[in-house]
Amino acid sequence: MTSLSAQWLDRDRRRLILEQSAIPDTVYGILTAACALFIPALVIAIAVAIFAAAWPAFAKLGLSIVTSSDWDVAGGHFGAAPAVFGTLVSSAIALVIATPLAIGVAIFLSEFSPAWLRQPVGFLVDLLAAIPSVVYGLWGIFVLIPLLREHVMPFFRDTLHLGSTPFFSGAAYGPSMLAAGVILAIMALPYISAVSREVLMAVPRSQREAALALGATRWEMIRDAVVPYARSGIIGGIMLGLGRALGETMAVTMVIGNRPEISASLLAPGYTMASLIANEFSEATNDLHLSALMAVGAALFVITLIVNGIARWLVWSVSRARAK
Amino acid sequence: MRTIRSRHVVSGGMIGLTYLAAILATLPLVLILVHLLAKGASSLSLDFFTRMPKPVGEAGGGMANAIVGTLLLIGIASLIGLPVGIGAGLYLAEKRTTPLAYTVRFLSDVLNGLPSIVIGIFAWEFLVRPIGHFSALAGGVALGAMMIPLVTRTTEEMLLTVPTSLKEAALALGYPKWRTSIAVVLRTALAGIATGALVAVARIAGETAPLLFTAFGNQFWSTAVREPIAALPLQIFAYAISPYDEWHRLAWAGALVLITLVLVISIAARLVTRSRFGAAVD
Repeated sequence: MTSLSAQWLDRDRRRLILEQSAIPDTVYGILTAACALFIPALVIAIAVAIFAAAWPAFAKLGLSIVTSSDWDVAGGHFGAAPAVFGTLVSSAIALVIATPLAIGVAIFLSEFSPAWLRQPVGFLVDLLAAIPSVVYGLWGIFVLIPLLREHVMPFFRDTLHLGSTPFFSGAAYGPSMLAAGVILAIMALPYISAVSREVLMAVPRSQREAALALGATRWEMIRDAVVPYARSGIIGGIMLGLGRALGETMAVTMVIGNRPEISASLLAPGYTMASLIANEFSEATNDLHLSALMAVGAALFVITLIVNGIARWLVWSVSRARAK
Repeated sequence: MRTIRSRHVVSGGMIGLTYLAAILATLPLVLILVHLLAKGASSLSLDFFTRMPKPVGEAGGGMANAIVGTLLLIGIASLIGLPVGIGAGLYLAEKRTTPLAYTVRFLSDVLNGLPSIVIGIFAWEFLVRPIGHFSALAGGVALGAMMIPLVTRTTEEMLLTVPTSLKEAALALGYPKWRTSIAVVLRTALAGIATGALVAVARIAGETAPLLFTAFGNQFWSTAVREPIAALPLQIFAYAISPYDEWHRLAWAGALVLITLVLVISIAARLVTRSRFGAAVD
């Protein structure tokens, strides 16, 4: 018996020594800090990788990679201006469609929704963000594009007589800037609405009550007292959606038509920076071509970095103001 | 001067528009799911899960290699993304206000917002180009890098829901800090962290763009991490843009399988958090 209790005592003593020692705490602290440091290291590594890959093209072609619109692989000309144009235009179309819808949903969910609808509708909209982009692309090719070609495009061009304007001129093939914009709108919508809903819900009750007490209608309360309070957060959400739209690759590659030409017509096929890289990467014939694609990737990296940086800053400024 | 009546009419109209927005915003999801079921379900059979892809012109065939490839890629990504993400989350939750914490929080948001194709280029430059060929490992690393910021932020959030009193009780009983963190705080928040991990897996399971540069796809059966590997999203992409009806059919079936995987994980994640944290969050 004594030997067993001595054993216990011994074990307890050893445990006590281990637990009072500062070494495990230090090791734990170093390990978690190393994990945390991994993230800045990763961001730096990504930047280094992409600029290293892009360097040969930048050195040889300079800024003409993004300013020239002559993309001729055989001739050695790599001007990705049409892709830059396509990225900006398709994302702009996406925001024009998605922003009012997303803010509408956010206002519905934060102000007007019956309690039993709030969870399911919010969940369904959030789920849009979970659908893989290749599934959006598949749906775009076989459902959205035929729908646009047969109904929506003729409606704009012929029924509304917009065919004479440059924006709806030309034949309606289907794969087009419009198709890319619509797909991107669906994909950006959950990001914009999630952030907007959060900042709208963070607006203090007193703000609403004060507006109503002054005789505002429910809509006037939203417009004059709630939305202005949440404005920078909502703009942050829009910027987040924009960041998503700018960098989206697969769905856009599948529906935009992949033609490196600048056209004002929304019915014409186009190209985006991401789809250019995805589309030509596997068939890049020489090092300069490959490097030019990476240079386009570097430009995309910088653009999304700036857009996301502004977005985060806006959302943070709202949450910090709320915390005070 | 507008009358009260007209102001109320405007108000009612605008409120009606927000209802309309809610209907329009949920419509795409419903449409996509309906089309997937309508076009994909009929092509799903046991063969789809157990057979290899067949050459053009031959009917039948499945995506067994792509399904296994996707599971393997998710496994590699989780091996990287989960430990690093949870470790970083622990750091952020414990050292909330250090300059490093602010930097890491900001950069993980930045990383989260980077286009997946850019992350693919990163893995390609470091793991494919120097070696000279595509590999499952490079694909897993790219997907793992995408998981890290997601896991980090949800881990931090979930750890912060653990009451401080619990932590103080453990410390008062003489627990060292590291054991308090792991055996008390981390363990209490485990369900929430598991949810975050599931959401991250759901998000990367369907990623295609980074795999173009890394895993690349494979027509044959392969589970070697150093070789190119097939993946469900890559296969769907290749079949969707092909001109063959038979392949389109398989693409729909593959998409149905992929979305079922993703939705089941997402809904499971939702249910876990709701039962455990619902009261605290809402």
